[in-house]
Amino acid sequence: MADDDISIRTSGLNHWFGTGEARKQALFDIGLRIARGSFIVMVGPSGSGKTTLLTLLGCLREVQEGSVVLLGQELRHATTAQSVRLRRRLGFIFQAHNLHESLTARQNVMMGLQVKGRLNRETADEAAAHVLSILGLSDRLDYLPANLSGGQNQRVAIGRALVGNPDVVLADEPTAALDWETAAKVVDLLKQLGQARGTTTVMVTHDNRILDRADRILTLQDGRLVADDSRRV
Amino acid sequence: MSRLLERLLGRLPIGWLQLVHQRGRFAAALSGVAFANVLVFVQLGLMSSMGVSTVRPYQFFQSDILISAADANTLVDGGNVARQWMLQALADPDVVSGMGLFVAIVPWDRGDTDISLTTFGINPFQADFLAPDIAADIDMLQVQDAAILDRLARGLTREEAAAVRLHTPLSFETQGRTLTAYDTFAGGGGFGADGYLLVSDQTFLSLFPARSSGAPDHILLRLRPGAQPDAVANRLRGLIADRTLRIRSYSDAMDEEVRFQQTQRPTGVIFGFGVLIGILVGIVIVFQVLSADVADHMREYATFKAMGYGQGFFLGVVVEEAVILGVLGFIPGVIAGWAILTLMAEVTTLPLFISFGMAVTVFIGTVVFSALSGIIATRRLAAADPAELF
Repeated sequence: MADDDISIRTSGLNHWFGTGEARKQALFDIGLRIARGSFIVMVGPSGSGKTTLLTLLGCLREVQEGSVVLLGQELRHATTAQSVRLRRRLGFIFQAHNLHESLTARQNVMMGLQVKGRLNRETADEAAAHVLSILGLSDRLDYLPANLSGGQNQRVAIGRALVGNPDVVLADEPTAALDWETAAKVVDLLKQLGQARGTTTVMVTHDNRILDRADRILTLQDGRLVADDSRRV
Repeated sequence: MSRLLERLLGRLPIGWLQLVHQRGRFAAALSGVAFANVLVFVQLGLMSSMGVSTVRPYQFFQSDILISAADANTLVDGGNVARQWMLQALADPDVVSGMGLFVAIVPWDRGDTDISLTTFGINPFQADFLAPDIAADIDMLQVQDAAILDRLARGLTREEAAAVRLHTPLSFETQGRTLTAYDTFAGGGGFGADGYLLVSDQTFLSLFPARSSGAPDHILLRLRPGAQPDAVANRLRGLIADRTLRIRSYSDAMDEEVRFQQTQRPTGVIFGFGVLIGILVGIVIVFQVLSADVADHMREYATFKAMGYGQGFFLGVVVEEAVILGVLGFIPGVIAGWAILTLMAEVTTLPLFISFGMAVTVFIGTVVFSALSGIIATRRLAAADPAELF
């Protein structure tokens, strides 16, 4: 696979939490090559290191040992400014929606665009409304999070992650609050983005129905990559 | 408002949206800022009034140089000055004339209220030492025990003052003598006394028999046109043998007394501290509100951090909130401050008001200090760790 086709590459990646005697290793020698446009699902029991790996791939933690190359940029020793710039090319979907309580659904989604620079209000409005309509929320554009259900809020959070056309989407249990029909729609949307624009998705999930749709399943256990079920790549 | 701010900022006005989302907290914050503004306005009004009322008696006279005793920090303080130094000063070619000025405070028992009047004893034959509106009536002071009364004195009703005329004079007892006011002038209550009274030097000496005509409280000098008061004052310091005397241009003496009243006198210092406390109260209120707001939105801010928003964005949001609080809190603050000062002015007859300059200064101060509070409050944002969101 040519370097241009690789979104994420890790090698010899180790990570620890704590210091001194309390120091505990969370990841052991993780080596990965994730192709551009692929839909990756990461599974494993609680405490297996999935979230730690996700935060390292998303420039949310400093790489302590080994290498992580994200979108062609080595993250080890990356400056704060470099990390911030790189994060603008990512889309994060958290288990909790973390929407801003005083912004409407449309405004929350617009925050995903605003991070890229000064807003053209009309374009941003249209883009936010378009994404929300794909997610089935066209009649909830001007609702505050407090007036939306859990599933609707999660869809708004997904819209916020996708509206800026990210190169990589990092998602932690994004469909946990959704019914299967909506969850399937979200997964299809992410896969379509992969095929159409080369958006890479790395998703942590326990939903077996999503596993069936993954291009590749990574299994972590006790901080080690114990299985790499590659179906397409 | 939301659209206007969006155009202005070029981004969603998150600060404004956060504030209006929690209306109760927003109203409390605005009340707090307004309260701090009122505190500052009242204290500044009092300080300013102290300056205006300090300058006021200087405006009764026309003089270029003032000679006072070493310990005379104000017009009513300090020892006496020997009249011989006035004669010596007249030896300077630029000094045209001189007049001794006697000053003391006399009580006036008005039945239910006792008031005190700062009384100036002047030479009624030297009208050129008096402000034009007073000089016109000075001849009547040649009559023994005649007086010109301050019509704005505290405790004197406007009707009573308006009735004082040459043919309907007002007589009153003080210092064991009966003074008769034949006319009035505009003085006003101050911090040291309730008003002013002008009498001749002879009447003054009758009121205060222990005082000597050869030792007035101050000496006023007038110079020939074009002479430089500072240069002449400098020459006089060399000419007059008593080196302890304070020989200053009249304007310098006035400025020095204002400074003295505002920085050395307890009342001035207290007003100064009042301003400081108002500012501190404002800073603490805005800081508390913004700090609590930041703490309440920590997860959202962490999410924005994860998305790639930098420190400048967060600073912008919090400063946006601070400036909104400062601007919107100022409006009720200035209205309430104006109302309180107007009421106080009515009761005390002190020149209490909010000048345009004062309003602009407090507005800028409010916005700047609010913004500073906001900047301090953003320090809490360091705790927003996006890695904790997963």
